[in-house]
Amino acid sequence: MTNATPTPLVQARDLEMHFPVRSSPLRGRSAGAVRAVDGVSFDVFEGETLGLVGESGCGKSTTARLLTRLLEPTGGSVSFMGQDITHLTRRELLPLRREMQMIFQDPYSSLNPRQTVGSVIGEPFVIHGIERDDDKRRLRVQELMEQVGLNPEHYNRLPHQFSGGQRQRIGVARAIALKPKLVVADEPVSALDVSIQAQIINLLRDLQSELGLTIVFIAHDLSVVRHMCDRVAVMYLGKIVELADADDLFAHPRHPYTGALLSAVPVPDPQLAKLRRRTVLVGDVPSPTAPPPACRFHTRCPKAQGRCSTDEPAMERKDGGNLAACHFPLTDAELAESLPTRAA
Amino acid sequence: MALLEVRDLTVSFETEDGVVQAVDGVSYSVERGQALGVVGESGSGKSVSSLTVMGLTRFDGNARISGQVLFDGQDLLTASDDELRRLRGNDIAMIFQDPLSSLHPFYKVGHQLVEAVRAHRNISKAQALDRAVEMLALVGIPDPRRAVDSYPHEFSGGMRQRAMIAMGLINDPKLLIADEPTTALDVTVQAQILDLLQRLQRELDTAIVMITHDLGVVAEVADQIAVMYAGRIVEQGPRDEIFAAPRHPYTWGLLGSIPRLDQPRGEALVPIPGSPPSLIQRPSGCAFHPRCHYVQEQHKRVVPALEQIGENGAHRVACLLAEGQRSALWAALGAGASPEAARVAAGVSSEGAPVAIEGKEAG
Repeated sequence: MTNATPTPLVQARDLEMHFPVRSSPLRGRSAGAVRAVDGVSFDVFEGETLGLVGESGCGKSTTARLLTRLLEPTGGSVSFMGQDITHLTRRELLPLRREMQMIFQDPYSSLNPRQTVGSVIGEPFVIHGIERDDDKRRLRVQELMEQVGLNPEHYNRLPHQFSGGQRQRIGVARAIALKPKLVVADEPVSALDVSIQAQIINLLRDLQSELGLTIVFIAHDLSVVRHMCDRVAVMYLGKIVELADADDLFAHPRHPYTGALLSAVPVPDPQLAKLRRRTVLVGDVPSPTAPPPACRFHTRCPKAQGRCSTDEPAMERKDGGNLAACHFPLTDAELAESLPTRAA
Repeated sequence: MALLEVRDLTVSFETEDGVVQAVDGVSYSVERGQALGVVGESGSGKSVSSLTVMGLTRFDGNARISGQVLFDGQDLLTASDDELRRLRGNDIAMIFQDPLSSLHPFYKVGHQLVEAVRAHRNISKAQALDRAVEMLALVGIPDPRRAVDSYPHEFSGGMRQRAMIAMGLINDPKLLIADEPTTALDVTVQAQILDLLQRLQRELDTAIVMITHDLGVVAEVADQIAVMYAGRIVEQGPRDEIFAAPRHPYTWGLLGSIPRLDQPRGEALVPIPGSPPSLIQRPSGCAFHPRCHYVQEQHKRVVPALEQIGENGAHRVACLLAEGQRSALWAALGAGASPEAARVAAGVSSEGAPVAIEGKEAG
């Protein structure tokens, strides 16, 4: 990334998604809301890969669906290519859809089992009325198959004739078919075997440099996120708690939650595993229907003090440049013990 | 005598598409209080082999099982159903990836734990309930007195997993088989569960067989490691040796495929080309040969045996390359060479020419 301030491709401001909870499915009385995303702001710059990480229920997938407007936010705004898309209708969104595509976690359930691969990948052309000529479209699709490492001769095969990794390639081919500006990938490798994960990660990175894609990459696996992303936002209970360049975030996390996440990752190095002291969080993530007041992490935070349950910390720049929402950020001394890195 | 000794275990299933050779001549042993990590990808046979140890594949009419599974000297493969029932949940326990499918949704957690105790011990319900509360506390469930009155759906994923572990351990088993016990969990909960398992191993001297695809998990908990591929063990040995001096190209592939937090952010990962093979039509010779960067013509015909390497003989590998070639290859790979460069550096011929091309899927 350059140092000039480029215009963001996507701007999310105070984004909110509250799903109403009905006390009875029949009577429909409202009994509060699941605050899946609760005031999230960030930019995605052209050509970068922004990672969204966090544990189940933190709101990362909901955020992805808000950015691509598969969901309509209940508050805040999202703009794409300078246009406010927060409340656009389906029809108004259609022309923008070619510029934003999603890749999903489960390549099995996101493909129609009765549709040939050729027609799955060709469908975006049909929807957007591009390449109406069947033969030309077939050629385009076969080029795409080649590009993602599928055999173009398998044009007429059905999804079940492909392995998991190949099916994810189909999903990738479909997502890049119209050369979109933005690809939002929601856990694209977590359902795949280890040896196949690396193939898909490499493919995404290659395509990004070839096509100049902007990627929002959602994952719970921190090692994968570090490998893929330029910048990373860490979410907890519907809020972003830390946002930084990937190198900064992994070298010196400042939010205690980020620190706990990093220290929890098992490292394939027995010597190192013996050396480091792991921060094990106690308890479970509280319910998003009634999140703790002020700093939402204070109920589990090893550094929490009285103030953390009364004053909500603002996102501020901390040592080393990370933005973090924390009154008592981690110090370098604290990091030295718990992080899974070998001392230089 | 080892607590568990599996000898030449073979399991195949008759299916409409042909015979699935799920496990093909697997042997390993686990000592009391030790943890064995069984690593492999889907279809490697890692789960079927442990289900068979528990006697859980014998009811499948299409399964053909041979070999020996000696637990405390008794062969579980020839044990009667009654004998197995006495052992399971008592001396041998198993925990699974998905706790919802092993906890009954209709019954309170406490009831299920009490049942697990009373199936094997002649004690009162009240005593069994005390034991249940004690176990829930041990696995770190807050307010265990109240938790016994909860239904599984009232628990979070991590709590359910802990409840299942509590059920598995309630009769102080000598052996715990854990099949991907943390795969469905978030990383912070995974850390809690791994800590718990290690503590139990230390405090109760429980032996653990941990089945996982995650090399990080085995690095933390296993004393011994067995790497499985296409129904066979391809490499086996003490943990530190497997990580410091792995000898099978598949193990190298696994290590090269994962991005790592403990190393500088590198360039591209080195994936294993192709996909895991079909167990109905296994590749000839060494089953890994279609994906191996160092394949020779001979490897496509000869099936490698699991052979001892090194002095103490604890480290074993099933690979047709010469030990000198393997150590030269690993030295080059460890120094950051690409598989191709390592092959040249180690003087391994390219005569077998990898069938699968980088990034492309074979077949």
